[in-house]
Amino acid sequence: MICQECNQRPATLHFTKVVNGEKAEFHLCEKCAQEKGEMFMLGSGSGFSINNLLAGLLNIQPAFQGSGQDPFQQEKVLQCEQCSLTFQQFIKVGRFGCASCYETFKDQLTPILRRLHSGNSSHSGKIPARIGGTIHLRRNMDVLKNQLKEMISKEEFERAAELRDEIRKLEKQLNADQKGGE
Amino acid sequence: MSLERFINQAISSWMSAEGPDSDIVLSSRIRLARNIKQFKFPTLFSNEEAEAIIEKIKARVEHSSFSKLGEMELLLMDSLQPLQKRVLMEKHLISPHLAENSTHGACLLSENEEVSIMINEEDHIRIQCLFPGFQLSEALNMANEIDDWLEEEADYAFDEGIGFLTSCPTNVGTGLRASVMMHLPGLVLTHQMNRIIPAINQLGLVVRGIYGEGSEALGNIFQVSNQITLGKSEEDIAEDLKSVVSQLISQERSARQALAKTSNIQLEDRVFRSYGVLSNSRIIESKEAAQCLSDVRLGIDMQYIKNISKNILNELMILTQPGFLQQYAGGPLRPHERDIRRASLIRERLKMEDQELGG
Ligand SMILES: [Zn+2]
Ligand SMILES: [Zn+2]
Repeated sequence: MICQECNQRPATLHFTKVVNGEKAEFHLCEKCAQEKGEMFMLGSGSGFSINNLLAGLLNIQPAFQGSGQDPFQQEKVLQCEQCSLTFQQFIKVGRFGCASCYETFKDQLTPILRRLHSGNSSHSGKIPARIGGTIHLRRNMDVLKNQLKEMISKEEFERAAELRDEIRKLEKQLNADQKGGE
Repeated sequence: MSLERFINQAISSWMSAEGPDSDIVLSSRIRLARNIKQFKFPTLFSNEEAEAIIEKIKARVEHSSFSKLGEMELLLMDSLQPLQKRVLMEKHLISPHLAENSTHGACLLSENEEVSIMINEEDHIRIQCLFPGFQLSEALNMANEIDDWLEEEADYAFDEGIGFLTSCPTNVGTGLRASVMMHLPGLVLTHQMNRIIPAINQLGLVVRGIYGEGSEALGNIFQVSNQITLGKSEEDIAEDLKSVVSQLISQERSARQALAKTSNIQLEDRVFRSYGVLSNSRIIESKEAAQCLSDVRLGIDMQYIKNISKNILNELMILTQPGFLQQYAGGPLRPHERDIRRASLIRERLKMEDQELGG
């Protein structure tokens, strides 16, 4: 397919944009898409359109298109138990129904998250103080364990012993927290 | 109501206070998106759930208020007039989505209007801190404190692997949108924005005009914000944005210097013509008003004009929007009537400047 804007380069990106209920399709090359993309961003108000991106993914990933073709393949309908949102519905609206959706659609979601967040798919920011309680401890422990390995390899055994004590202390705290939390 | 009183009531601290680099950076904003684990997200939640969320936040405020913010006011969208909502939107205190499409939407507003906590927007909770000038880290610190305070009694939807869970996957992770509003007339006049915008996009940041539609950036006012919320810490997101904004500030400053050197008299002419239009016109459309306000503000920054306060741009960009004009008029106005109102409001506002200096 040839890019509909310049009629020169091959179209590599496919968007659909819904304007007043009318669906408009765009088939663009990288260069024209970048220009169009800026238009989308300027027009939509709340950043760029997730719906366009998801619709684009549907075109790119044939695996998603397959579902729905065979009505007897019920097990293919992926649905959140908590809020009943199906994966197809998510693709349409671009919004999840509840926190459990993330778990339900985990496998489908990872490539989408990568695409949205420059290849990232895991959180490395803030951890909520209260409900994230033991995560802090576990992260600290990972850091200390890495330091311990390093010290051992450098044969700095005095520092290694200190680190080991710290790790033990954290382990105790972690066990106590987990029991307390149950 | 007198114009002075109207303006005093209409102005939030972010529009009037002087902040760092406020010759170019008008304001800095941090937004954190949060959801409460036990409830469905706003696209699917029930009326009961929506009400329960408001009650939960209300109880939190009543139980122990966040002392730094003083008295917080709870505004329920359902009990506001369309015009009142429009005015809050034009002040950037609530989003268009909360004003127009939310179910049981609400907003908890701090007295100085620097903090607004939107409830039942696209996510259950959206904490917004809007500071004057270039103060991203300060705004982030404030947002984090409010976040911790709310979390003391709310079980957030959080996953160890992908962070804060949000309604839309574009916000997951930190739930952080950091943005800076900038006045960049120098870069626009020297035709550099077309080159700069794609370069900034490459860095994972978005640049867009905040007034006007489509690709227009009325008043040469741009918003630069992060696009990626997952995989970077809040501090790194803010730092990355800060470094790009710092570069833009210095590029804007050198563009202004270059303009002063190469076309001093043309620039001075432009500034004073725009001043003339603003102080004399009887009918003015928002587009022309924005352009003239931008010129006058540039003229103030470059000291062609010495007797007008700097915040005139911030103030009048907000006050000459349709919602405010209608509130000042005390009733609905047709577009043509708005253009007349806009012209007279600007003229009166400029006269106030003269009086203040004379008296
Ligand atoms: Zn093309
Ligand atoms: Zn769900």
